[in-house]
Amino acid sequence: MKEQTLHAAEAGSPPGGLREGVRRAFLRHEWLRAYTLVSPTLILLIVAMAAPIGVLVGLSLWTQSGMEFDRTLTLANYETFFGKKIYPLVLWRSIQISALVAFATVLLAYPLAYFIAFHVQRHKMVWLILITLPFWTSYLLRVFAWKLILGYNGVVNSGLTTLGLIEQPLEFILYNVTAVVITLAHAWAAFAILPIYVSLEKIDRSLIDAAHDLGEGPVMTFLRVTLPLSMPGVIAATLLVFIPTVGDYVTPKLVGGTTGIMIGNLIQSAFGRGANWPMGAAIAVISMLMVTLAVCVFLGGVKGLKKLLA
Amino acid sequence: MPDEAFISILDVSKHFGPVKAVDRVSINIAQGEFFALLGPSGCGKTTLLRMLAGFEAPTLGEIYIDDQPTASMPPYQRPVNMVFQNYAIFPHLNVYQNIAFGLRKEKLSRSDLDARVNEALALIKLEGYGTRGANELSGGQRQRVALARALIKRPKVLLLDEPLGALDKKLREQMQIELRQLQKSVGITFVFVTHDQEEALTMSDRIAVMSEGHVLEIGSPEGLYERPRTRFVADFIGTMNFFEGRVRAREGGKIAVDAERVGEVQVPADDYDFNAGDTVVVALRPENIRMRPGRPDLTANMAHGTMSNAAYLGDRAHIYVQTEGSEQPILVAMQNLDGAASSATHGERSVALQWSEQAVLLLRPE
Repeated sequence: MKEQTLHAAEAGSPPGGLREGVRRAFLRHEWLRAYTLVSPTLILLIVAMAAPIGVLVGLSLWTQSGMEFDRTLTLANYETFFGKKIYPLVLWRSIQISALVAFATVLLAYPLAYFIAFHVQRHKMVWLILITLPFWTSYLLRVFAWKLILGYNGVVNSGLTTLGLIEQPLEFILYNVTAVVITLAHAWAAFAILPIYVSLEKIDRSLIDAAHDLGEGPVMTFLRVTLPLSMPGVIAATLLVFIPTVGDYVTPKLVGGTTGIMIGNLIQSAFGRGANWPMGAAIAVISMLMVTLAVCVFLGGVKGLKKLLA
Repeated sequence: MPDEAFISILDVSKHFGPVKAVDRVSINIAQGEFFALLGPSGCGKTTLLRMLAGFEAPTLGEIYIDDQPTASMPPYQRPVNMVFQNYAIFPHLNVYQNIAFGLRKEKLSRSDLDARVNEALALIKLEGYGTRGANELSGGQRQRVALARALIKRPKVLLLDEPLGALDKKLREQMQIELRQLQKSVGITFVFVTHDQEEALTMSDRIAVMSEGHVLEIGSPEGLYERPRTRFVADFIGTMNFFEGRVRAREGGKIAVDAERVGEVQVPADDYDFNAGDTVVVALRPENIRMRPGRPDLTANMAHGTMSNAAYLGDRAHIYVQTEGSEQPILVAMQNLDGAASSATHGERSVALQWSEQAVLLLRPE
């Protein structure tokens, strides 16, 4: 209070007083500097994130009647969602697929991140840039590439046929969940490698020496020291892959077939061909809540696991 | 040198590319000994310690610990444990878990494990700290936890890599005494790396002084301080005045040396094999020089000069005395007995210096 009156007094003083007051307030209050620093981002987040989500929630409470919105607030769309089996089923499957994708991606990314962090001595930057190399082409192009690789007459099938290992092309590798998982895992690999790499790179090497010194071989040292200390990276990687893939609709549409359909496809069709925006909004809101719930369950599980191991 | 070597370092070298970090070092360490590796940074002492722990393999030579060759022994199979320079406390574990880390393989029951850990906590006087997180400890406490974590394994050898370097002066002095007492009570061989000569003198049974990958001298603290054989050791341990000189004569059980700045110096001849005409370095500890005001007639082992500078250190004073015709002053240390040093720092300017024959060391020039 005292400082405020002080600044107010200064504001009324001769030219330069206001500027001086602001300057002093800046030097004195750490939080003021901090908020000034984040304010562009904060404004963008409010305008571009919070507002649309508010609109989405509002929209989900309306209903579609013909070409018009019926603006009476109702939970009818949510009743429809849980009334029809297809919606919860597809949502549940999307979460499962994404969990599987996240798991597979982290599992494949970890050794690579470990290799770069611990065994690459020079030119680490080159390795890290190479990892982002797939991102230099369009996402769509990469999905199509997988279609070519996994397709009926694709690289895998024709290769195996030529080698004489199979007589008929394998059909179970495209247009199903497997294809979706493979494609997504590849597409999101860099998002898993980088956070894991950072957390591994941060580990003090003397801790690993210490574990060896205290009698633990390479495997137990990894399990008792390296892995727990890299958990922040693993968690970040899992979330970075899991959360965006739940809503993905391009990959399931192109390589998922009928069994690989995901919640994003349902949202897209509600907004598109289905022309039922309130229903689409409701699906989006529910899937958002479910992803949040899944993340909470995951983080709770990690915490429990930590306690169990300690 | 002890006849029964518990640790035998035989002609060991470690090369990192073109750099010879450790160059043909041989050391024998006896069981139960408190052994210090002393040297300036980059002298190879830590590399040598890491070879004992098994983190580095010798390029040449062999290390035996308790009669076992260690070349094919990974660190986790060696009967040695280490206290790391930064302590390497596991940040994701609490004090109890850190200390118990190395006991997994012993498959102790919960109560036995508790007993062992509590015993270790008592040893380092941290009872009741078991549930503290690694990040809630002060520097001294971290050092103790690192010590307990290593000792609980009951190693045959404990390796310590500058374990007191991160502590402030008072705590360091206290830990020096505690560490020494601890070593005596557990009876384990300690190999201790330090760049602090005072620390090495305080704690060790024997010291190996290293420089540029070589071991220059191995000896007891008293031996190395009072009778160093090389100029590097004489200079590195404690402070020393050096005067270039030439032996004038060897007669009547004495060696007479003409030295720069201090004139004629006489030394008992028994300890040296220098002859007339040899160039030598005369070494004299500052605390062995007595100073009094005035301008006396000079005889052997005396010098005259004027006080040019003084540093007051509380318990003693360092006084710099300029001799005629020389830029480089002679350093004299004066005990602050009944305020003698504080009055000397602004007392008489013209002074006489004197020392005994026994205080003088003759070294071979390098």
